[in-house]
This record gives sequence, C-alpha cells and structure tokens, in this order.
Amino acid sequence: MTRFSEIGIVSPVSRRVDRSKGNEDNMDMKELIRTVDLTKIYPSGEQPITALRDVNLVFTPGEFAGLVGPSGSGKTTLLNIVGSLDTPTSGSVEVLGGKIEKLSHKKAAELRNRHIGFIFQTFNLLPVYTVYENVEFPLLLLGMKAAARRKAVRDALAWVGLADREKSRPAQLSGGQSQRVAIARAVVKKPDLVLDDEPTANLDAENSHHILETMKAINRDLGTTFLFSTHDDKVIRHLRRKITLIDGRVAADETKTA
Amino acid sequence: MIIPKLAFRNLIGNGTKTWLNALVLSFSFVAIIWGQSLFEGMDKEMSKVTIDQEAGGGQYWAGAFDPFDPMTIDDAPKTIPAELAVETSSGRAAPILIVSGTIYPKGRMVPALLKGVDPDQAVLKLPFDRLRGAAGDIPGLIGARMAKNTGLSKGDTVTVRWRDASGTFDAADIEIVEIFQTQVQTVDVGQIWIPLKALQGMTGRTGKATIVTMPAGTAPRTYPEWSFQGHDVLLKDIKNFVQAKSVGFSIFYLTLMAMALLAIFNTQILSIWHRRREIGTLIALGMPRGRVIRLFTLEGTMLSLLAAAVGAVYGLPLLIYMAKHGWVLPAGQADSFGLALNQALYPAYSAGLVIVTILIVLAATTVVSFLPTRKIVTLKPTDALKGKWS
Ligand SMILES: Nc1ncnc2c1ncn2[C@@H]1O[C@H](COP(=O)(O)OP(=O)(O)OP(=O)(O)O)[C@@H](O)[C@H]1O
Ligand SMILES: [Mg+2]
Repeated sequence: MTRFSEIGIVSPVSRRVDRSKGNEDNMDMKELIRTVDLTKIYPSGEQPITALRDVNLVFTPGEFAGLVGPSGSGKTTLLNIVGSLDTPTSGSVEVLGGKIEKLSHKKAAELRNRHIGFIFQTFNLLPVYTVYENVEFPLLLLGMKAAARRKAVRDALAWVGLADREKSRPAQLSGGQSQRVAIARAVVKKPDLVLDDEPTANLDAENSHHILETMKAINRDLGTTFLFSTHDDKVIRHLRRKITLIDGRVAADETKTA
Repeated sequence: MIIPKLAFRNLIGNGTKTWLNALVLSFSFVAIIWGQSLFEGMDKEMSKVTIDQEAGGGQYWAGAFDPFDPMTIDDAPKTIPAELAVETSSGRAAPILIVSGTIYPKGRMVPALLKGVDPDQAVLKLPFDRLRGAAGDIPGLIGARMAKNTGLSKGDTVTVRWRDASGTFDAADIEIVEIFQTQVQTVDVGQIWIPLKALQGMTGRTGKATIVTMPAGTAPRTYPEWSFQGHDVLLKDIKNFVQAKSVGFSIFYLTLMAMALLAIFNTQILSIWHRRREIGTLIALGMPRGRVIRLFTLEGTMLSLLAAAVGAVYGLPLLIYMAKHGWVLPAGQADSFGLALNQALYPAYSAGLVIVTILIVLAATTVVSFLPTRKIVTLKPTDALKGKWS
C-alpha cells in the first residue's frame, strides 16, 4: 500500500488557483468546485475566530480527495461551505458553476438535493424511518417515480452490502452499518459530489476498510467526486489527493501520482 | 405529495406518543360534538313540545294582549272573528280565554291565571279532553309545577275568585281532575285550565277569546283587532333559553379545547427542539425550509385528523347510545334546564355540527402546529446538524 510520504508531491502552488490567469484555462478543464480567497470568520464573542483564510482550491470531477489537518483547522467549515450549508465571510465558492454565496435558501437546497450527498460524522439517519426509507428520502425530495426509486434504493443498499437490512430501524444498526446506510443515502441519487466529514471516526479498522473500499468503488464506477475531512491514517492512505489545512490556510496540496 | 407521506411516517413512527396526543385531542372532539348536539337536541325537543302544547302553527292574539304584561290581560279578550269561529267550532283551531284571578289552595291566597280552553280542540297536545262534560264543580287541569307550588293534587277542590267583565268579584269551586307533566313552563306555572265555555260564562265574555291557536301550516290572515304571531315570536324564549345555557356550556368545552391545543403546542415546541438535528439533516439533504415547515405543521394537523378518527372509535358508539337512550341530567341539574326530573335529553347530531366542529378543531390545531415551526427559519443548518440551536 502506498503512503503519501512515499509518493511524489505536487507543489501546492501549482494546484492553487492563480487568479491572474483568469478563467480561460478553466473552461476546458472541467471544474466541480473552485474557491477563490475563501475566508470564513466566526464572530464568536469579542475574539472573532478565523476558520478559513484565503483558501484557493479547485476540484475536478472524479476526485477522491481529503482535507487533513489538526483539530480546529477548518476542515468541517470548508466542507459545510462547499455543501452550501454555510456561506463565506469573504471570497467566493463556485460549485457546479453556481456561486454559493449568491444562492438563495431555495437554490442552495436545490443544489444539495440534486448534486451533493452528505455523510455526517454522526450519521444523522432519520430515526423513525427504516433503512430503506432513509435511503429513499433524497429520491422522494427529487420527486423520482416509485419504480425508479425502488431500483435506485435497492442498488445503493447492494453497493454498501445492506440489502438484507431494508426493514431495520437506525436504532437496530451497528455504527458501521449506520455509516453504510448514510453512504447509501448520499450516493443513491448519484450526485456529482459527496462530502464526508470524518468518515471513519466512529468505526473500527475493519469497518473503516470496508467503507473506504465501498466509496472507492462508487468513485470508480460512477465517477462521483468524494471530498473527505479526516485525521485517520486509514483514510489518508486511500486518498488520491491530500489537502492539509493548518489554521484555516492550505498548507499543502499533494496528489498521488503513482 | 411527499410531505403528507413523510408527515404520516413521522407520526406513525412516533408510536405511543402520537396515540396519547391523539387521545387527549379526541376528548375535545367528542365533548364538543356531544355538548353541542345536546343543545341542538334540547332546542329541537323544546321547540317541538312548545309547538305541540302551546304555540301550534301560530296564534292570533286579541287586542293589546301581551303575555309579559299582566295589565293587558283582562282588557284583551275580543270576539272571535267569524272566519276563525268556523275553525274553532270544529276543533281545528283552539281558542283560549285568559282571565286573571286568585285561587285559595289550603287557605293560602295565590294569584293565578284562569285559562279557558275548548275540551274538544285538536290543536294542542295536552289532556284538555279531561275537561269534557264533568258534572258538579267546574273541572280544572293543572301542570305538575303548579301542583307542587300550590300543594294541590288530583281530586282536590279549590276556590277561585275573579273579576267579571264589568269588574265585579265572583267566586267558584274548581275540582282538579288531572295533573299533567310538561316541559313548557308557560302552560304550567301560575295557571289553571278550565273549559272555555265555563270561563266565558263565569266572566261574561261569551264568544270571546284572548288567543286562537292555529294548526300547523296556517297562512296568516289579517283580522281587525287580532294580530298573528308566528314561531319567530312564540319560540323566541326557547331559543334564547337554550342559547344562554349553551353559552355556559361553551366555556366548559372551550377550556377542554384550550387544554388540547396547549398540549399540541407544547408537543410541537418540544418536538422541534428534540428534532433539531433531524431538521438540520432534512435541510442538508436538500429539503427547502418552507417544506420542512409544512412537514411539521402537517404533522400537527394530521394529529388532529388522527384524533378525529380515534374520537370516532369510542365517540360514535357513545353518541349513538346517547341518541337512542337519551341523557338523564343529574338531579338538581334537570330543573335548571327547565326539564322534569328523570327526563332524558336526546342529542341531535347534524352533519353541519360535526363538520363545523372538525373544521374548527383542524384549523386551530393547524395554527397551533404552525406557530412553533416558524423558528425553523432562524435555524442554521450547520448548528442544527451538531444538535445546537442557533
Ligand atoms: N459555529 C461556530 N461558531 C464559532 N466558531 C466556530 C464554529 N464552528 C467552528 N468554529 C471554529 O472554527 C474553527 C474551525 O472549526 P472546524 O470545525 O472547521 O475545524 P475542524 O478542522 O473540522 O476540526 P475537527 O478536526 O476537530 O473536526 C475552530 O476554531 C472552531 O472553534
Ligand atoms: Mg470537523
């Protein structure tokens, strides 16, 4: 297994967006996400907290990338803003060509509904729904027809190996199983982007491995872009791109070349 | 159509809590419908007996007669118009002569109205036929309340005194031949019924009457010195009486309703608080806030629909039983409702009553469910996801 320390490091600068060049070379290079001088400041008490400073990143479709860095370095904040759950204090974030900071509540909901899947650290399954209903939920929001919905849910549950637990309630599942339901829910609508905050924080080694393999397969087969935040070496090993945040800044941006 | 589906799933998923809330709410449904139907039933019943025993299909009142002004009574009687006399002589209309007098039961002196009625009349459903052809003393008929107030019983003889048309005092003995039960106080309290002919003769008012009660379906005509009074006038007191009682009762079920609404409001606030992480999840999954609000509001509304269903399960048999067997008011209550003791009250259920009640409760629960959900608008999804409340 290749470790990031063993692979060639691409200079972070080359990956950072050079605004002076304008947008012309971005047109042919299909972009999924572009952040420009993204800054997020939380007005907490008398000392505002700068969670992100001048973050300039570009992600293209099909990436399998992770944000790493110490606790409090801004990983979750960045995921939330990219996922249009939060807005930048300054700078700009474009996702699928739309500027997050300019989206209305409704448009942001639509972006999430159609194009983004979330996997939360705490799973956040809907407790009164069965596994099947949880996975079905995003499709209901999309207004998908019943037959298509049934097939998509069955497929998604098969990907994560939970076809036999359709009728279970979240409370009856183990942590690893809940995580897999959350993955199924995130990928069932075949989104362009899956945002996954600490995918393995609550899982043991075996489950972590299984889940990462599942996500890699989905990334490979469906071309879904995955963006993680993680501290976990077991996850970092699998990343094809590793972005290190320190104190809200991009300290390194490495791509596995092997 | 996804919102109703989700709301339903959430409700059912909440299990016992949902059913308990629905049960509490269903009490208000049943109580309101039951209470209102009782008053509708009372209104119907009292109108019916009043029509049967007093109002008929309307009355002609003589001269300045006003049942609420005793001063008008002795001067009111007028000769029955020829056209009406044809009706009265065949019994199809009931002439009544009213003269004020005094009775002396057991040595006491009690003011009383003497009411002369044709024993052969076929309009009013009171046992006036008992006044037919009695020998000796003048036969008299009184209601149960009058009997109670005066201490008179069947077979007693009582002395009455009155002034005749020329103002001279006169007296006679009346034998109580029957005591009748009635809910209509105005044919009972403070009066004694005797044959019309006898009263006309006693008071020198031959051919005269104060009231001519007509059968149902009478088209009002104009006769000089007589005025026609329809049900709007004759039943007004009943309507007012029932309404006054029902207002008092309203307070009882408004309280019940307020309690139920408070329970929903409370449940709703609590559930939005408890489910903030879920709300965050819904928003993160791409559900617009407006829809989240609609979802939570609909859950409240569905709860009251569920309550209507739960209420129907035990309420329907109860209400049907009531309709069949009536409801006997507790002792002491009966009199204040103008009813005889042990007399059952039969509720009347109209579709209007049931529909209006359900609509009102639905509207109220919807509002009460909606109000707390407005907080969702201010909720930041990132905080909600962490289980924080912004
Ligand atoms: N809602 C908030 N209000 C105020 N400060 C916040 C808020 N959310 C995050 N922060 C602060 O912003 C900084 C970045 O937080 P963030 O959650 O993005 O870190 P992280 O890299 O995800 O950390 P971890 O690895 O511990 O999850 C931290 O200093 C944090 O305290
Ligand atoms: Mg974090």
